Amino acid sequence: MPLALESGILRIAYKLLVNDRAKFAALLVGITFAVFLMIEMTSLFAGILLRSSATVINIGASIWVMDPSVQTVANTIPLPNSVLDEVRSLPGVKYAVPLYSGSALLRLRDGTYQAANIVGIDDTSLVGSPQMISGNIEDIFAENAFIAIEDSEFYKLESPHIGTEFELNDHRGKIVGLARVASSSLFGIPTLYTTYYRALQYLPNTRFTISYILVEPKTPAAVAAIKAHIASDGYLALTKDEFMSKISKFYMYQTGIGTNMLLMTLISFIVGLSISGQTFYTFILENIDRFGALKAIGAKARELISMILFQATFVAFTGYGFGVGLCALIIWLARAHLPDYAAMITFSNLALAFAMVVIIAAFSSYFGIRRVLLIEPFDIFRG
Amino acid sequence: MAAIEATGINKWFGAGEARTHAVKEVNFEARFGEMLYVVGPSGSGKTTMLSMISGILRPDSGSVRIEGTDIWGLSADALADFRLHKIGFVFQDYHLFPRLSTAENVAIPLILQNRDWDESIAEAERDLEVVGLKNRARLPPVKLSGGEQQRVAIARAIISRPEVMIFDEPTASLDGDTGRNIVQFVREHLLSDKRCIVIVTHDSRIYEFADRILKMEDGKVMGVERSDLDAQ
Ligand SMILES: Nc1ncnc2c1ncn2[C@@H]1O[C@H](COP(=O)(O)OP(=O)(O)OP(=O)(O)O)[C@@H](O)[C@H]1O
Ligand SMILES: [Mg+2]
Repeated sequence: MPLALESGILRIAYKLLVNDRAKFAALLVGITFAVFLMIEMTSLFAGILLRSSATVINIGASIWVMDPSVQTVANTIPLPNSVLDEVRSLPGVKYAVPLYSGSALLRLRDGTYQAANIVGIDDTSLVGSPQMISGNIEDIFAENAFIAIEDSEFYKLESPHIGTEFELNDHRGKIVGLARVASSSLFGIPTLYTTYYRALQYLPNTRFTISYILVEPKTPAAVAAIKAHIASDGYLALTKDEFMSKISKFYMYQTGIGTNMLLMTLISFIVGLSISGQTFYTFILENIDRFGALKAIGAKARELISMILFQATFVAFTGYGFGVGLCALIIWLARAHLPDYAAMITFSNLALAFAMVVIIAAFSSYFGIRRVLLIEPFDIFRG
Repeated sequence: MAAIEATGINKWFGAGEARTHAVKEVNFEARFGEMLYVVGPSGSGKTTMLSMISGILRPDSGSVRIEGTDIWGLSADALADFRLHKIGFVFQDYHLFPRLSTAENVAIPLILQNRDWDESIAEAERDLEVVGLKNRARLPPVKLSGGEQQRVAIARAIISRPEVMIFDEPTASLDGDTGRNIVQFVREHLLSDKRCIVIVTHDSRIYEFADRILKMEDGKVMGVERSDLDAQ
């Protein structure tokens, strides 16, 4: 039967639900809270995952060549120069350049020490250079030149400007430009860009020096062959997306972060399910007389079911809306006050919470419907 | 054809020691155009029997025909539809919806018949006027007195003008005049040769409107003339 024909009975269902202010509010609070927790947890996790791949996103190369044992972008395993030559000679490779990625202790002007990420980009091509805010990218070739990234950690460098100096392993460093990148890093330390060769000069090295080889294929179709060639040499070539998902999987499954987030999400789901399920079932029980009276007057089972489904769905979707809104508000507030706050609401967070809300609604209505279909109106009328 | 014809209906409740034979092999007939009373002591099985002849409680044996239809042979949905369109029932304790307005309560049978909402409410307001509650239409039933609630329940039972109306103690909480007026209204305006009204009552003040009175005792029905009761 089309919804329009049943609208009268759904209107009754709506009034039974909404006019019971206290119960309705309790139901909404339960769902809203559960949705909020689920989205907040998963958003926080999504934000952390994204930041864990910050270098990959910011450099933006199509293919990354690395040692097969690399687990995250931060734990580099240096590659010999011979690999770079080999990659360059592969058919289908447009260009291949080295990248240095490491960390160092800076001595700031006031004498304090500050850890920083150092990214050394290829001297000849400047592949992966950041978007300049002030200064010129060519200044990166000047003596002792470093470019500071204005991200959420920038202030830890005492908010430098062009000309600010610092020390790095007894070398002098000088800020020649400020730049922006797409994503801040997860580890709470600021980032400096310089050239690959200066990075090698200023920072202590192992025998091998290349952190990653960045490869641009001639055509997208060449990617598979490049990967296969590199694999046959005993190294690993990953596309940008593959590398990011490898890093995400590491944080998700190999660290406590993922398990804890998953657990919290599951707990909020269970709490939401039990609070809302319980409240909804109580609501149905309190209205059992009404459902019995409707049954006696002549409501069919299908109509009673549609009433309950409507009530459960209405509560669930309204609560979902409030939960999403609350979460967006809290994240917005948190971001305004904590620059490092990493939460990010993604489409999959919303979809996951929505799926859970649908499960909660289905679960609650299932028990309500079962109860209502079992009512014997006669038992109710005799009191 | 009889409006209602029950043959050999039985109902047992409970099990073991507590097992009660609430309605015993009852034969019952109500005709079109008549107002039939059922009287009898508390616990004699009146509500049980009425529930079985109105399609609310399935008899353990026997059959019930309304306008020739064997109602307990119908599917659940068909029986629900039958009740919705053919039977109006006033429950012993009203069973109104506290979260709906009085008019919405009265309109429920029309709404279940998929009639337009506003039209149903308008008709409910007209019937509320009939039972003297015009100015209560927008209040929730909990704001009404017991007697007023009873009248709302009556309005709900008659709103769709069903052919069979079954009232369980409709005047129990009404004062004499109100009770009489309502029953008189029902008799004068709703009873016709296409309709039939069955009323369970203890209220001798309304006996004068009955065409026939049945007496129930201990789950059995014995036909009793009206004059017999008048004499008591
Ligand atoms: N669901 C039930 N379970 C057990 N016994 C029941 C049930 N319903 C009714 N009875 C018993 O059946 C008998 C008839 O009850 P019924 O309600 O039909 O009486 P009644 O004539 O309507 O009484 P009253 O005038 O008090 O309303 C009583 O003995 C009652 O206790
Ligand atoms: Mg009774």
